[in-house]
Amino acid sequence: MSYLQRQLGGRTDPAQDAGWQDAPGRKGFFTDTSICIGCKACEVACKEWNAIPLDGLALSANSYDNTGDLGASTWRHVAFVEQDADRIAAARESGRRLVELGMPGVGAPAQAATQGGAPAGYGVLPAPVEDHGPSLGDMLTETRAFEDRSPEDGASHGTTVDGTPMVGALPEFRWLMASDVCKHCTHAGCLDVCPTGALFRSEHGTVVVQADICNGCGYCVGACPFGVIERRSDASTTVRGDGHVPNIGIAQKCTLCYDRLQHDQTPACAQTCPTTSIRFGDRDDMVEAARARVSQLHEQGFTEARLYGANDDDGVGGTGSVFLLLDEPEVYGLPPDPVCATSRLPEMFRTAGYAGLGMLGAAAVAFLGGRS
Amino acid sequence: MANADCIIIEGSNMAECHPVGFQWVSEAKARGARVIHIDPRFTRTSAIADTHVPIRAGSDVVLLGALINHVLSNDLYFRDYVVAYTNAATLVNEDFVDTEDLDGVFSGYDPQTGKYDMSSWAYAEGDGNGGDGNGGDGDGKVEEPGGGDEHGSEKSDRAAPHSHGAAGAPMEHANVVRDETLQHPRSVFQILKRHYARYTPEMVNDLCGIPVHQFHEIAKAIAENSGRERTTCFAYALGWTQHSLGAQFIRTAAILQLLMGNMGRPGGGIMALRGHASIQGSTDIPTLFNLLPGYLPMPMVGQHDTLEEYLTSISSPRQKGFWTEADAYTASLLKAWWGDAATAENDFCFDYLPRLSGAHGTYQSTMAMIDDEVDGFFVLGQNPAVGSAHGKMQRDALSHLKWLVVRDFQLIETATFWRDGPEVASGETSPEEIDTEVFFFPAANHVEKSGTFTQTQRMLQWHHQAIRPADDVQSELDFFHELGVRIRERLKDSTDERDRPLLDLTWDYPTDEHGEVDAEAVLREINGYHVTGERAGEVLDKFVDMRADGSTAGGCWIYTGVFAGGINRSKNRVPGQQQDDVAPEWGWAWPMNRRVLYNRASADPQGRPWSERKKYVWWDEEQRKWVGKDVPDFPIDRDPSFRPDPDAGGPAAIAGDDPFIMQADGKGWLFAPKGMVDGPLPTHYEAQESPVSNSLYTQQSNPSRLIYARKDNLWSPSGTQPGSDVYPFVFTTYRLTEHHTAGGMSRWLPYLSELQPEMFCEVSPQLAQERGLVNGDWATIISARSAIEARVLVTDRVRPLTINGHTVHQIGLPYHWGVGKDAVVEGDGANDLLGVVLDPNVQIQESKVGSCDIRPGRRPRGEELPRLVAEYQSRAGTTVETGTEHANPVPEDIRRRRAATLTSDESEGGSS
Amino acid sequence: MASKDTTFLGWPVLRQLASGDFLGRGTSVTSRRTRHVEARTTTADRVVQSVCPYCAVGCGQRVFVKDEKVVQIEGDPDSPVSRGRLCPKGAASEQLVNSPSRQTHVLYRAPRAKEFQRIELDQAIDMVADRFLEARQHGWQEFDDKGRRLRRTMGIASLGGATLDNEENYLIKKLFTAAGAIQIENQARI
Repeated sequence: MSYLQRQLGGRTDPAQDAGWQDAPGRKGFFTDTSICIGCKACEVACKEWNAIPLDGLALSANSYDNTGDLGASTWRHVAFVEQDADRIAAARESGRRLVELGMPGVGAPAQAATQGGAPAGYGVLPAPVEDHGPSLGDMLTETRAFEDRSPEDGASHGTTVDGTPMVGALPEFRWLMASDVCKHCTHAGCLDVCPTGALFRSEHGTVVVQADICNGCGYCVGACPFGVIERRSDASTTVRGDGHVPNIGIAQKCTLCYDRLQHDQTPACAQTCPTTSIRFGDRDDMVEAARARVSQLHEQGFTEARLYGANDDDGVGGTGSVFLLLDEPEVYGLPPDPVCATSRLPEMFRTAGYAGLGMLGAAAVAFLGGRS
Repeated sequence: MANADCIIIEGSNMAECHPVGFQWVSEAKARGARVIHIDPRFTRTSAIADTHVPIRAGSDVVLLGALINHVLSNDLYFRDYVVAYTNAATLVNEDFVDTEDLDGVFSGYDPQTGKYDMSSWAYAEGDGNGGDGNGGDGDGKVEEPGGGDEHGSEKSDRAAPHSHGAAGAPMEHANVVRDETLQHPRSVFQILKRHYARYTPEMVNDLCGIPVHQFHEIAKAIAENSGRERTTCFAYALGWTQHSLGAQFIRTAAILQLLMGNMGRPGGGIMALRGHASIQGSTDIPTLFNLLPGYLPMPMVGQHDTLEEYLTSISSPRQKGFWTEADAYTASLLKAWWGDAATAENDFCFDYLPRLSGAHGTYQSTMAMIDDEVDGFFVLGQNPAVGSAHGKMQRDALSHLKWLVVRDFQLIETATFWRDGPEVASGETSPEEIDTEVFFFPAANHVEKSGTFTQTQRMLQWHHQAIRPADDVQSELDFFHELGVRIRERLKDSTDERDRPLLDLTWDYPTDEHGEVDAEAVLREINGYHVTGERAGEVLDKFVDMRADGSTAGGCWIYTGVFAGGINRSKNRVPGQQQDDVAPEWGWAWPMNRRVLYNRASADPQGRPWSERKKYVWWDEEQRKWVGKDVPDFPIDRDPSFRPDPDAGGPAAIAGDDPFIMQADGKGWLFAPKGMVDGPLPTHYEAQESPVSNSLYTQQSNPSRLIYARKDNLWSPSGTQPGSDVYPFVFTTYRLTEHHTAGGMSRWLPYLSELQPEMFCEVSPQLAQERGLVNGDWATIISARSAIEARVLVTDRVRPLTINGHTVHQIGLPYHWGVGKDAVVEGDGANDLLGVVLDPNVQIQESKVGSCDIRPGRRPRGEELPRLVAEYQSRAGTTVETGTEHANPVPEDIRRRRAATLTSDESEGGSS
Repeated sequence: MASKDTTFLGWPVLRQLASGDFLGRGTSVTSRRTRHVEARTTTADRVVQSVCPYCAVGCGQRVFVKDEKVVQIEGDPDSPVSRGRLCPKGAASEQLVNSPSRQTHVLYRAPRAKEFQRIELDQAIDMVADRFLEARQHGWQEFDDKGRRLRRTMGIASLGGATLDNEENYLIKKLFTAAGAIQIENQARI
């Protein structure tokens, strides 16, 4: 892979690419939406730590979500999705198909950790999955074995302490909650298009805006495939006694608490999360934990569980923030197949190069033909 | 909770109201525990639970009663535990008559006063030979101590729980008759069985709206997760307490948990999830009318005229347990307050205590204000104009005061009612008509002062002052200390006898260089100290060191030990990571740093753990003492086989298998022979306002509920009464994660306000269609008291229920908003819809259920608003009398049978 | 690094080439502010252990103080109750403490007045003390109608305590009871 290709697409260590020697290891979040209680402590802790202005006082009437989406003044956002039985069945089925396809990023049904005496959830979690998951062949074999087990033996899915299957009849209703955040992409469009160097790749592999450099040009806003980064509007309302609103017109988003990371502290959102739905750590560990959790849920029969952002071969080279979702990404307002706007640059250069040569050739032919 | 195998959350929205406490539920669930959430709405708690069971608000006794019936009928209860540790085997005297025979009331009910004479609920008296069931199940009753010759009305007053603190009901002695085969028809076990026989899954289906298959799912989960190897835990909050029979809701769960052997064991119990930082502390050291510190009762006129009468009524010396030492606790409290002036000769100034003459709760005070009987009112970190039931009545009461002191962080609605209240907007009143002087004092917050909060599991935690308060900001400690100093200064030359209690009061607390009172000195006084003797001046290490002779002082006996060895143990902060999961070195829990109460029950009668898995506290034969993971809640060296002398009383009378050491008979009470004024067994009654008729009895609602027939407190007709269709829907009020009660600590904060900016109502799509409500638009909700507006959330999280074959719609209303001009966000207050009707045991209002109508659009403004409310009242034909009768008419034979249970002097009583 | 900041070696283009960050997305574009970023949690003068003032779970808090101002409040990871976590309300505690709309002066509203006015704290406490004794006297009941001793006043009521410290509730109950006031209540009955 060429230098430029590695810099703009595919698997790589982004901190090293950005010139960090002896980088401390890439950091990231694992947001497990299956245990989120939608309390929004993450939103508050984030805003409090980063002194972010008010984001409006309008009732959205969209379930319990009144902050809408990520933006200049909302760096953590909790989505609320109310679903009926049909939608739940569809999610379970679409997840099951992903398992069958052995989609990278979807965890494998593990060696039955709940078999034997231990109740579900007690046992040893599946062994860490190397790199980006097991081979397709292994997964299919295991999946088949998993599906073939007789439902009557009561062991096909995990059970609670009293032996009740974790997954009975589909519920008539569910309420999904998910805390979204900047993805800190391996290949970050915002960063690649920033003309001033205001956005930078930190030694932690995260993507951070430097408000003292940003001139508010806004290129980054269009380059983010997730719609995360935004310039702060001058209509923002202060929460401070002096009435000051910082960074008006400046691009703003989650810094993964760059300042806290510099002092070995956990980002504010992860630190406060009451249920550990938001976990923070080395990105590799996060991906591993996410895979293990997906496996556990699959093992319990919740095939709707799936990973998001853990596939290093996707359009952004994987994300620093990985998620466990219980339905298609679109349901949560996430793009199903995000692509970094600049990831195709090398290819485009190449294509453009061939096209140029072709044109030259054609011109030559025409010229020669004209001659004859 | 993290040790539970099954968690039933009912009457609580734990994930939303206690998110950080909910981590323990999450943890239990991750380990394979079942989590079932039973609630009218699908909430954020339901979202994480394995199962959500929608229930009609206020019908919980039917469900829990049916579960009791189910485990009794199918022999699913934990027999060894039930026989040994509960009063199942105890015989009740033969005058007792159940609701089954009297169509919804128990024996001893006086329809004139709405009160019970509880004497017929007493245990049968033994013959003094230990009462093994073979001997005399005599006709006698185990009376309350000093039981006497008073007339009926007073008798029931003295029986009211506000007159005996929280000592539980006292008993003359514990010489009862037991039939451990549980077969005797008058055994508590058989009475229980009969009482709940008609509480069937079908009844649950009809009254709660819970399908039979779902009932069986709950029943199966509880049954399979109880017993030796497993435990089930219940969690409740205000969804159970805020009812006209709220205390009985909790009793029903307690009965079920006792039957299943889930009390006093790890992962068991009934968790009360309390809503304020020190709401537990404020009942332990009560700012409550009926209590003195440590759950000692405030003295009642006519019953507690002398110290001796007072002590006898708390506890007979012949009953079991630690309440028999109440004389030491009382003397120590009085010594702490009145120092040298309190002597054995003057009964330690017992006469200095003012006397109660009935219930003087916050709602009674509110009505007294309207009657101009109260001149001055202190409001300390509360916002009754928004947070108390019947907002309009609350604000009206404020406008009748001569003066009002509000101490808070922000200009809450209670401080600005005279300027910004809804009644000013509607033109019903104006600032020019309101004479109330208002003093607003800025209060210090938790980082600006030191002191202890007591959290929901009785643990005291010290919070350290981080910064000094700015400007005029003051703690309550400094304010009240200073107020006391100035009051005493003004009275210093008084010779009036009535001022002696103020002048003799110990009030010399040390202050620091800023003049701030040393909170630690106050905690030290609360802990107590030796007044005389070798250790004079030293702190008490444990409450058993307290003496009744005046040689010790201590402000709150249950807190004794927090300063043991002179060390403030509420400051203990050994990190959790360095301790086991009981974490005894963090903070200090009363009593004596015990984390699980009645934990003797975690071992079998012989003192062995019920199972290895649920091992907690057990008898160590070699060491001859109780040992385990927690501080044993039992006399430490009492052999499990110990049997007391039948004539013994107090701690000496606790048998080796009497785990419930604060109960007069050492047993867990399935049947409450004393202590609950509205019945020894929980019985289903409909809420004060209900669209549903009680299918179990003719008696519609709690016959002992406290009702106030007033023209500012009208009720919608209930059940089949004409006019009930004018207010056809059930509303229930609740809290959201993003706000805090009446909003004083959340609606002024931008970060919380933006998360839930506006008052809303939650309705089902079916109701929305029926009434033309549109998601995001406005709706007006009208009750018999008021009308409010709210934005509409149409959601499947609220489901219509089928009750007795009819569809019942429920409407959800968060109550955080209020009308004012100072907060970041404001809105109409849900509590304005409520009326005032109270649980007779605890005087808590019924705010979880009411009847209403809903229609699209904003509410009218100005005088159109009261007109709308009046128009509804007139259409429903509601009057001051509607819904205020205690007992519903019954056939003549039932009436006669009921009357026969009242002794002659009772029936002529009832003058008050 | 410090020297680099102040010399031409700190110039971005040179840093870009020297660090290997040829596309200028990392080391070479960090500003001086970025390179010296501090966290309020580390620059605080002191950290004080506290307890969350909202619900009754009793979560541990760490209060960070700088120049006698609270600059941050977050969960205390040592607490076995909360393990460092806080809900949205607890997480907003710093705003509760530093709220710009918070009142720091005594306000007084005279009968029938349309607005509040500022008065001195000292004067206000005196006024309340006077009124307290007057109301106590006005509502005094020495005996009931059967001649039994009541020794109380019905002229004063109080509501509050569930958000207060035990020590505060203790003084309130002690003072009011000694004064004969019995209508003392709090949120526990609401």
